[in-house]
Amino acid sequence: MANTRSGLRAGLLLTPPMLWLGVAYLAALAALFVTAFWGQNDFTGEIEKVFTLDNFKTLFTVPVYRTITFRTLGIAALVTAVDALVAFPIALYMAKLARPSVRRLLVIAVLMPLWASYLVKAYAWRGMLSASGPLAWLGWTPGYGRTGLIITLAYLWLPYMVLPVFAGLERLPDALLEASADLGSSSLNTIRRVVLPIAFPAFVAGSVFTFSLTLGDFIAVKIVGGPYQMLGNVVYDNVGAANNLPFAAAYATVPVVVMLLYLAAVRRTGALENL
Amino acid sequence: MRQRTWRIPAAVCALALALAGCGGGGSGSDNTASSAQGGFTPPKVPMKQSLGKDEGAVSILAWPGYAEDGSNDPNVDWVTPFEKATGCQATVKYYGTSDEAFNLMKTGDYDVVAASGDASLRMIASGDVAPVNTDLLKSWSEIRPFLKYKPWNSVNHQMYGIPQGWGANLLMWRTDLVKPAPTSWGAVFDKNSPYAGKITAYDSPIYIADAALYLMKHQPDLGIKNPYALDDKQLQAAVDLLKGQRPQVSEYWSDYLKEQQAFETGDTVIGTTWQFIKNLITKEPVKAIIPSESSTGWSDTWMIGSQSKHPNCAYAWMDYIAGPKGNAASAYYFGEAPANIKACDMVPDKTFCDTFHAADPKYANKIWWWRTPISQCLDGRTDVKCTDYGDWTTAWTEVKG
Repeated sequence: MANTRSGLRAGLLLTPPMLWLGVAYLAALAALFVTAFWGQNDFTGEIEKVFTLDNFKTLFTVPVYRTITFRTLGIAALVTAVDALVAFPIALYMAKLARPSVRRLLVIAVLMPLWASYLVKAYAWRGMLSASGPLAWLGWTPGYGRTGLIITLAYLWLPYMVLPVFAGLERLPDALLEASADLGSSSLNTIRRVVLPIAFPAFVAGSVFTFSLTLGDFIAVKIVGGPYQMLGNVVYDNVGAANNLPFAAAYATVPVVVMLLYLAAVRRTGALENL
Repeated sequence: MRQRTWRIPAAVCALALALAGCGGGGSGSDNTASSAQGGFTPPKVPMKQSLGKDEGAVSILAWPGYAEDGSNDPNVDWVTPFEKATGCQATVKYYGTSDEAFNLMKTGDYDVVAASGDASLRMIASGDVAPVNTDLLKSWSEIRPFLKYKPWNSVNHQMYGIPQGWGANLLMWRTDLVKPAPTSWGAVFDKNSPYAGKITAYDSPIYIADAALYLMKHQPDLGIKNPYALDDKQLQAAVDLLKGQRPQVSEYWSDYLKEQQAFETGDTVIGTTWQFIKNLITKEPVKAIIPSESSTGWSDTWMIGSQSKHPNCAYAWMDYIAGPKGNAASAYYFGEAPANIKACDMVPDKTFCDTFHAADPKYANKIWWWRTPISQCLDGRTDVKCTDYGDWTTAWTEVKG
């Protein structure tokens, strides 16, 4: 009796969030997918609800879309790599070396950029990278383009990498590090053979964020990417400029599929338990 | 931030619209343009027959600089006098490209829109704007005759709006960094430009027409007669020219603030612009001209939304903005030839209308005003099929690569 009642209560509590997830999120995804199979009137831009595979045909036959897809994947991979490289020393210091008071300060420092608006940070980098900005005064600036874009995105998503890696390293028992030292291993060797293998799932967990966020970004590209375009820009331009929603929907399924494959691969590493 | 953050809501609106479109009936969606000169049948949208009481509000969708209420510059304000005179509280939204305006009008949230020729016909054909009863507009008689009943603001001799003004896309450069001063669009299409990496271009498929115009003058063997009527071969030539320009481009702009800032910092030193943006750049020396090839440009029309909730205020706004005072203020600030004859006496600068050749139909006819390319060639050719705006959009994505 009591069991049914608590089950009912849990059900009632969970209904609103499940409805939210089901209607607002999954239904939107479903609508997106359906739209991808519709056509469009070239003059008025009205959607024509007739089943067609033309959008996917364009996607696979026009080479520029392949180029943009691979470029986007490449940028996402690079941003993830840069974030992993930068995040590891910070996370290691926070988890294993810093005193508790310093650690608290560092956690706040890492989280702080998340409290500022995305646009403010992106425009700050526009100023930094400008030909008359601070980087140019110091001697060199990559300007607006690929390098500037990778720097900006790596900066934007860094906290999402630091936090899971920090959490993963915190769980690493100190005894393992001491045992490695007692057996005569150097610090570098300990990192390579003990710390990194154990922290790997944490890196993978962080990469889910950095990779997926880069995959969908189109605003930073507009602000610091120069003439560069990524997958998100093509989707955005097809919604906004070209008014070709069916094609935008078709192209938007690409990152969804990529992320599903990525998550399936990640699940095998056991990293999802680290999220 | 107002001007920057609209991009995201705009995208969200458009997406929401797509979803809403799943349920709604597709009325009027099967109207296609059957001939270049307005030979298509627009959906039946009722025209207002008489004016009633003002509703107390009006929402305006316009190019940046067309409806200033003093928030950008306290000295520039012609919206407040309108509000005081009519009691219609105005909310203003600015847009960056014709395509954006076209999408926003589909939401039905706007009572009036200032549309260029590459959006106006599409809005008429999709039933998003209503025919305009010019008898209800006092300012109609003051509009220059050569702007009335044009293929981009009327269908079958029925006006769908009232002209605002017209002007040309200009070539702008930093006079301290670009020497000698350019005279041709060739300055932005030169593959060996000394300003490589500091060139800018307008981020819209319609910019293909700028390349086509350049080819029209420099490669006559392509046979381009109208930069908005390109067959496959001509479009390919324009695309090739733009692909050659792409490595020289520092960035493409559609946000006027972004272009203003890039010129001020020197990240961009030469490229296409509007007079309005040139006027905003006061910190650094810039100059803007119509190059020797002439130019693409716009001829804008105030139109009324077919789903307008405040039609009386909308008519009041159209009458005011196309009337001598409103038209003078907006055209002067934006930097274009006003459509109202009397506006020329109201602007603070007496040479203004001469500078912009406001009374000169011959000069106006030399500018290639933005049009929507459609498969029926706008130059009257019937032996080939022209590329339509959908083709241009795909081509533009390929240009950017």
